[in-house]
Amino acid sequence: MEDTLQTIQSIPLEHYIWFSTALFIVGVIGVLTRRNAIIILMSVELMLNAVNLLLAAFSVHHGDPSGQVFVFFIMAVAAAEVAVGLAIIVMIYRNTGSVDIDIMNKLKW
Amino acid sequence: MLTQSLFYFLSFLAIFSALAVIIAKNPVHSVLYLILTFFAITGHYILLNAQFLAIVNMIVYAGAIMVLFLFVLMLLNLNAETEPQKPAYIKIAGVVSGGLLLLVLVGALKTVDVSGAGGTTATDMGLVENLGMVLFNEFLLPFELASVLLLTAMVGAVLIGRREA
Repeated sequence: MEDTLQTIQSIPLEHYIWFSTALFIVGVIGVLTRRNAIIILMSVELMLNAVNLLLAAFSVHHGDPSGQVFVFFIMAVAAAEVAVGLAIIVMIYRNTGSVDIDIMNKLKW
Repeated sequence: MLTQSLFYFLSFLAIFSALAVIIAKNPVHSVLYLILTFFAITGHYILLNAQFLAIVNMIVYAGAIMVLFLFVLMLLNLNAETEPQKPAYIKIAGVVSGGLLLLVLVGALKTVDVSGAGGTTATDMGLVENLGMVLFNEFLLPFELASVLLLTAMVGAVLIGRREA
């Protein structure tokens, strides 16, 4: 038990902050630079995972299990989001023959 | 020290495979690199002794969600030739915007003081037993609502994906 505590505390919380920030930024750049709707959905997943990891790290370092329960809920919402999002992408592909988001600009002002 | 070198190894693995996800031309390669990223993050959860989250991450993300992505990619028969590309100036603008956001976040987080967060005494908090106690006492209503959300998502996906809508 004492070993586990030392192992957890041997990595400072700042390191988790920098790592999660970097992973989140990679996701943001992916959303901004890609045109394939599926890759954009994957970049959103990257961002969600960065946030999940940071929530879990803070939860463990604070000794508060609520953070890990939140991560569990975020995972449930992400699963629902991916299921509906991919269904929409399949439907768009059936109607336009492409998953390029730049041709779906009918709602753009 | 083993833990720290493991942390750095998993971090660099996760970041480089995340970069490979957004750089790879072939969408199937992107999905495979994303699976690698998720495994690295599962390793991070194990390092934090958050065993429940590690298993859920492995089953839900690396298992279910990635299979869904791969299935849709192969159903639509997407590959590097059909991959749409943004013009170079948009890509540069996107990377610069992302870099600026990184700058802002780093600048803001540098002043954050997290030293008050050292009060951990319970290391077995991430086990199924303890999380289950919290989940089914404090968070019972959100947990039930999550099941309704998943049912709604299932009905919605079936309705949208139907051929004759």
